[in-house]
Amino acid sequence: MAIISRGFSGRRSVADAKLPPGQYLTIDFPVLSAGPTPHISLDRWEFTIDDGSNVLKRWDWKSFRELPSETITTDLHCVTRWSKLGTSWEGVSLDVLLADVKPDLPYAMFRSYGDYTTNLPVKDIINKQAWIAFKYDGADLEPEHGGPARLLVPHLYLWKSAKWVNGMTLMPHDKPGFWENLGYHIYGDPWREQRYSEE
Amino acid sequence: MTWRTATVVGLHDETPTARTLALVVRDWPGHVAGQHVDVRLMAADGYSAVRSYSIASAPNSDGRIEITVERLPTGEVSPYLTQDVVVGDELELRGPIGGWFVWRSDQTESIQLVAGGSGIVPLMAMLRSRSSAGSGAPFRLLYSAREPGAVFYRDELRALSNQGDLVVITYAYTRVTPKDWPRPAGRIDASLIATGTWPSTLRPTSYVCGPTSFVEHATDLLIAVGHDRERIKTERFGATGERK
Repeated sequence: MAIISRGFSGRRSVADAKLPPGQYLTIDFPVLSAGPTPHISLDRWEFTIDDGSNVLKRWDWKSFRELPSETITTDLHCVTRWSKLGTSWEGVSLDVLLADVKPDLPYAMFRSYGDYTTNLPVKDIINKQAWIAFKYDGADLEPEHGGPARLLVPHLYLWKSAKWVNGMTLMPHDKPGFWENLGYHIYGDPWREQRYSEE
Repeated sequence: MTWRTATVVGLHDETPTARTLALVVRDWPGHVAGQHVDVRLMAADGYSAVRSYSIASAPNSDGRIEITVERLPTGEVSPYLTQDVVVGDELELRGPIGGWFVWRSDQTESIQLVAGGSGIVPLMAMLRSRSSAGSGAPFRLLYSAREPGAVFYRDELRALSNQGDLVVITYAYTRVTPKDWPRPAGRIDASLIATGTWPSTLRPTSYVCGPTSFVEHATDLLIAVGHDRERIKTERFGATGERK
């Protein structure tokens, strides 16, 4: 049913070839958030891992920052259609955080200050695929981009990379988080263009 | 979500850089104020570009929607929509999209709208939805624009605010004010929040839409005077974002 837009040729760049379908390149860093930006002081920040009944792990800012961290250079793809290439982050790998948790529960619900949630399969956050990031481009992560720390799962649409993250619950079954409950895709693979729940 | 054919049935310039497109969408399922649509343009060789635009019009059952598009000089889609499209053209469109930044006509609580620039578009849909549904919900709009000539929907907003005291509109200008305007040009501040918005004790639901820096600033001001952060919904767009 494709309709040709008479006289439209677009503005294409060489870099578009590297982008998932339906994305366009940006060099700035837009923000998608559902509500106000929370401002979280480091002395009350914490990150916990639980299994729905028991807290399995807990870090405060000091103990979290004592964990080994790594630098990550990655492309970002937002469901609102911008992509940003080669971004630079520093964070703690989920492999480190889950090292002695031995998760036998296959799904996780991440939660944030400000009550945001997002769901992910555990297989998508282990094996060097996900980090809790606290620096962007060499500087402390700004609150509007999720500071002091956000989840970074760059192989999925960016709404999965929960800003202001403060914990995760391991679950036996998948269930939708905030945007997933509002019509966005349960998994969110940009290369398969899984934007909305009907796709 | 399927792509639908939308026929352009009307064009109206809101400002020198923003144009409203009236569209009749085949099999349009209806929408709620605050939702947006994806618009797809396709070149003759199959290259396509998609951007999201907020719906400006109230929900209705006749398959007609309006979007207002601000032209971004380096944009890919907005120059075409604001300069090249003529009445009778067909576009591809899908939606409605978004279930969070919405106002439903069965909401009875006080509503605070805060718009920065073209962030007025989804908030206008809420004001229009209020009118068309005959809602008695008290609305206030704080609308920050660059200059008087950059205000969208000027006559309609004036008519809405002349109908009584249940819709109150306050303007703020960041660069140029009208002659004899009491407040110097500048971004919104605590005193404007105090005089131009509902008191937090009324526990309004707030909808804040605009560029990221505007939304960050406005929500910080609202929270500083006691608004519950849980009752503030936001929609932001970046410097290159064509959303809205």
